Amino acid sequence: MKLRNPFLAPTAILMAITMLAPLAIVVVYSFMTRGAYGGVELPWTLENFTRLWDPVYGIIFLRSFWIAAVATALCLVLGFPLALFIARSGSRKNLYLSLVILPFWTSFLIRTYAWMFLLRDTGIVNSVLQSLRIIREPLPLLYNDGAVILGLVYGFLPFMVLPLFATLERQDPSLLEAAADLGARPWDALLRVTLPLCAPGIRAGAILVFVPCLGTYLTSDLLGGSKTVLIGNLVQNQFTASRDWPFGAALSLALMTIAMVLLFAARRGGEELL
Amino acid sequence: MPPETLPDTVLGLRHLSKDFATQRAVNDVSLEIPRGAFFSLLGPSGCGKTTILRMVAGFETPTSGEVWLNGQRIDALPPYQRNVNTVFQSYALFPHLTVQGNVEFGLRRSVVAEVEKRVREVLRQVRLEAKASRKPSELSGGERQRVALARAIVLQPDVLLLDEPLSALDPQLRKQVRGELRDLQRRVGVTFLFVTHDQEEALSMSDQIAVMNAGALEQVGTPREIYSRPRTRFVADFLGAMNWIDGIGVRPEAVSICPEGRKAVVTGVTYLGSFCHIAMSLVEGGEAIHAQVADGAAFTPGQTVCVTWNRQDEVRVS
Repeated sequence: MKLRNPFLAPTAILMAITMLAPLAIVVVYSFMTRGAYGGVELPWTLENFTRLWDPVYGIIFLRSFWIAAVATALCLVLGFPLALFIARSGSRKNLYLSLVILPFWTSFLIRTYAWMFLLRDTGIVNSVLQSLRIIREPLPLLYNDGAVILGLVYGFLPFMVLPLFATLERQDPSLLEAAADLGARPWDALLRVTLPLCAPGIRAGAILVFVPCLGTYLTSDLLGGSKTVLIGNLVQNQFTASRDWPFGAALSLALMTIAMVLLFAARRGGEELL
Repeated sequence: MPPETLPDTVLGLRHLSKDFATQRAVNDVSLEIPRGAFFSLLGPSGCGKTTILRMVAGFETPTSGEVWLNGQRIDALPPYQRNVNTVFQSYALFPHLTVQGNVEFGLRRSVVAEVEKRVREVLRQVRLEAKASRKPSELSGGERQRVALARAIVLQPDVLLLDEPLSALDPQLRKQVRGELRDLQRRVGVTFLFVTHDQEEALSMSDQIAVMNAGALEQVGTPREIYSRPRTRFVADFLGAMNWIDGIGVRPEAVSICPEGRKAVVTGVTYLGSFCHIAMSLVEGGEAIHAQVADGAAFTPGQTVCVTWNRQDEVRVS
């Protein structure tokens, strides 16, 4: 990459320091031996990578991909109608958009804790249902995969809505008139014109949601409890409780590689579809 | 169709009006469009002609009045239930579909073999068989316009609505496409309702022209009637240059410069290739008068000449 604009230099330096340097450290650590009290030691070894083949980790990887995929799909299903509604709401567009990003004004951690207060056995949802005598025993709303997916969808929905909105807003409204003129009912026009033309936004939104969901550890830690271990939690554990930094580094490299292969494949597939 | 309608009317507008927030865009327009005609709505921009087209297509709801198509009242139907199709000013081609896909779009419910035959036939008519698998972004402006046309006529509409379809083309191409469009209309026999602000376009292509001004109809007639027998001053001026002498109109090409007649002083000579434009001012009354002559070499500004015209070329307007 050639740097033509001197104003780009600070960004380029920041990117180098905060992204490339840590990545290099992760790569180096993944080939080293764990230290007795954390940290890393010599000699060089490949053992961290051979350990990855243990099916225990394979299952955790699969579960993480599955949960991220479900959360992404739900974000799309919920986000598309919302983005379409905002894109077609004329002068109130900006108001609705600011409502979509309003949750960002509060820390993600606090918002996740709020979900715990809502969902736990003595939480608001269960106590209201109990006091209305709809249920007798509290529903198991917290500490399961459902709660994790709920938290992820809640947290990342704006990342789906914003690119969808940007694509939908740019669509030429006369295309919908043309579709109706050629006999397409509104649903037909949505499926045959609006949706296919929204493909770049869907792809961008899916990547923006899927990638952070895949690496999540906070949501799964707080809402999933001890039963839901995802790759994010596994990596976090290696650097904290297990004090196995090299293995943590190898795990995160493996995650990054698989995710990048998948994204590349998705991009190729997407281009063929369009 | 209302009983008093002529039997060969395909599209009838009855007292059609449309109000937008602050203004009346269309004011009490009644029109009967004969089956198979090339019918133009001509007027300056903002005169309401496109709004009429959009009410026929179903994109706008009339504030009052009725739209009748083939004996059926259609003004309350959604666009997808009206057997009319539109060629949009911007063409509105689907960018994600090929030429073939665009032309097939409206044929969804038809039998597959039939679709293929009709698409091939219509692409042949607009000379685009070779480009069937191209995307709109890979086509020239003229080709896109023909895709828009093909996509609409393949559905065999009762009326084809064309919203200034030539305005996006460059002037050279525009003149050529006029003839092609006229030929195509004759060949397929579909009624065309053609919206334009270009009087030359309307005069050269139409069977009938309705001239509009400020939301209302000014005059309906054949191109010849509209041009040589305009009923209002607006129509007379909009269709071409007009001299107004003592309240009577005379077209510049009807004015001849000859030894006898009213005296005038030449104020300007403009050479325009195939003819010359002579600007003069009458000695008596001082009104400006313009003439078109084949050869302007004999005239210079300041020179006094005589002008005359035939009685039957005079235009009296209300």
